Amino acid sequence: MPDVDWNSKLAGLRNRIPEQIKRLVIVLAVVIVAFVPARRLLVPADFGEHGHYRTSALDDAAAMPLVYAGQVVCNDCHDDIVDLKGHGYHVNLSCEICHGAALGHTENPDSIIPPAPRDRGYCPICHEYNESRPTGFPQILSVSHNPLKPCISCHNPHDPVPPETPKECTACHAAIAHSKEASHHVYLECTRCHDAPAEHRVAPREHRPSKPTTREFCGECHARDAESDPDIPRVDLETHGERYVCWQCHYPHNPEAK
Amino acid sequence: MNEPLAPSESNAEVKRYARRDFIKKALFAVAGLLVPQTLVASKELEGAPEWVLADGYKPGEHYWAMGIDTRKCIGCGRCVEACKTENNVPREPFYFRTWVERYRINADGETFVDSPNGAIDGFPDDPTDKNVMRTFFVPKLCNHCDNPPCVQVCPVGATYKSPDGVVLVDQDYCIGCRYCIQACPYGARFLHPVTKTAEKCTFCYHRITKGLLPACVEACPTQARVFGEVRRKASPLQRFLRMNRIGILKPYLNTKPKVFYANLDGEVN
Repeated sequence: MPDVDWNSKLAGLRNRIPEQIKRLVIVLAVVIVAFVPARRLLVPADFGEHGHYRTSALDDAAAMPLVYAGQVVCNDCHDDIVDLKGHGYHVNLSCEICHGAALGHTENPDSIIPPAPRDRGYCPICHEYNESRPTGFPQILSVSHNPLKPCISCHNPHDPVPPETPKECTACHAAIAHSKEASHHVYLECTRCHDAPAEHRVAPREHRPSKPTTREFCGECHARDAESDPDIPRVDLETHGERYVCWQCHYPHNPEAK
Repeated sequence: MNEPLAPSESNAEVKRYARRDFIKKALFAVAGLLVPQTLVASKELEGAPEWVLADGYKPGEHYWAMGIDTRKCIGCGRCVEACKTENNVPREPFYFRTWVERYRINADGETFVDSPNGAIDGFPDDPTDKNVMRTFFVPKLCNHCDNPPCVQVCPVGATYKSPDGVVLVDQDYCIGCRYCIQACPYGARFLHPVTKTAEKCTFCYHRITKGLLPACVEACPTQARVFGEVRRKASPLQRFLRMNRIGILKPYLNTKPKVFYANLDGEVN
């Protein structure tokens, strides 16, 4: 083994490294020294414990506030409605589908009351006819299906059985029934204005139903001083077409007044 | 004649000992190489199930997925409404964590897809096209892929797959670079207009960790959506998977989605 002068060899090597490389090495060393504490400072302490993410991010995701209470909570207090609903077609519907998110109501049952949709606009969201809906799902055309009646006047939404339709008059007078369904007189039973004797069904032309014969009959609702809903249009019976009975000018199955 | 035998015998002996020695040493070396991996593996094994979130929820014990029956969807959009309410999603018509698409396929094989405002008000217009051969609704949401492309592209580790199989976004860590929005093949992500961070369906992580159903499943009136555990035999989802012909969206991408569709039409993508 020849004796090697390591010191002189190293000195020679050092002299042979160009100046710019030496400076670069110094810069690199500074960068590395700065990187280690910077990384420690910037990367969260719990990063990478279970994977390439912050462990506490999962806690953050789980800590978001609830808005929907869930079906089970409703059953605790409203067991009567749940029983009713349990027998009907809407058995699988969560209460919050129609009544809205109700966590606030479960926490403050008296001060926060969930809304109940009572107008015609809500039910057709599911039950309006749409050709893309699955076959067999109950659907209506709301323009022709009792257009002025709210759904809940015939269907109980907690047990939505289709009601027995009054076939007595509509079986023969379907055209009148249809125009009445679209009119403001939709709530009036046929017998409100017509006295139909039982024989009318057997021999309709011999036993005709009555028609209102006096102006005062319509005046029961439409006279100025009538005790009826304030939204009903009023006329002064003294001055309004006094020579005629009302239905001689106004078709009562679809009165034109809005 | 006996002379040459002796060296060959001793040679065989040397060889035998050398081979045994070699095998011994090789086995030790392999065992030694495996030590760090077994240590890591055992650490992982005891690490995952012990991780407990608030309310005593253990992420390592669950694995969530959703099933959607396209034949049951009536396109009412209650899921979209419930999702926006529950998760405080912006109401503008560009931001959806879940939405419902209407497919209309006419006799010429042309497919039309629309989703007016994500179907949050249902589908009020009914285009009566006589040429339509078949038409149906498809609810969509994040597929919570087992092999999520969005997680691969995130440069900072802000989006990740949790141990219970839910793909989540760390809102405090996201830098809003939108790589994940580009990477998602299902269009399930958006940039929140206020926080400027990526947002997406979380399977209502705050609800499922408390034993509740996701808001969209809670709000679905026809049980078109089913939610449950993949790995439990008694889960309603397992029954759904057993009883239906199951399809997934874009299977050729190998993203392994965990939203399973029953009766999925071939035109849906």
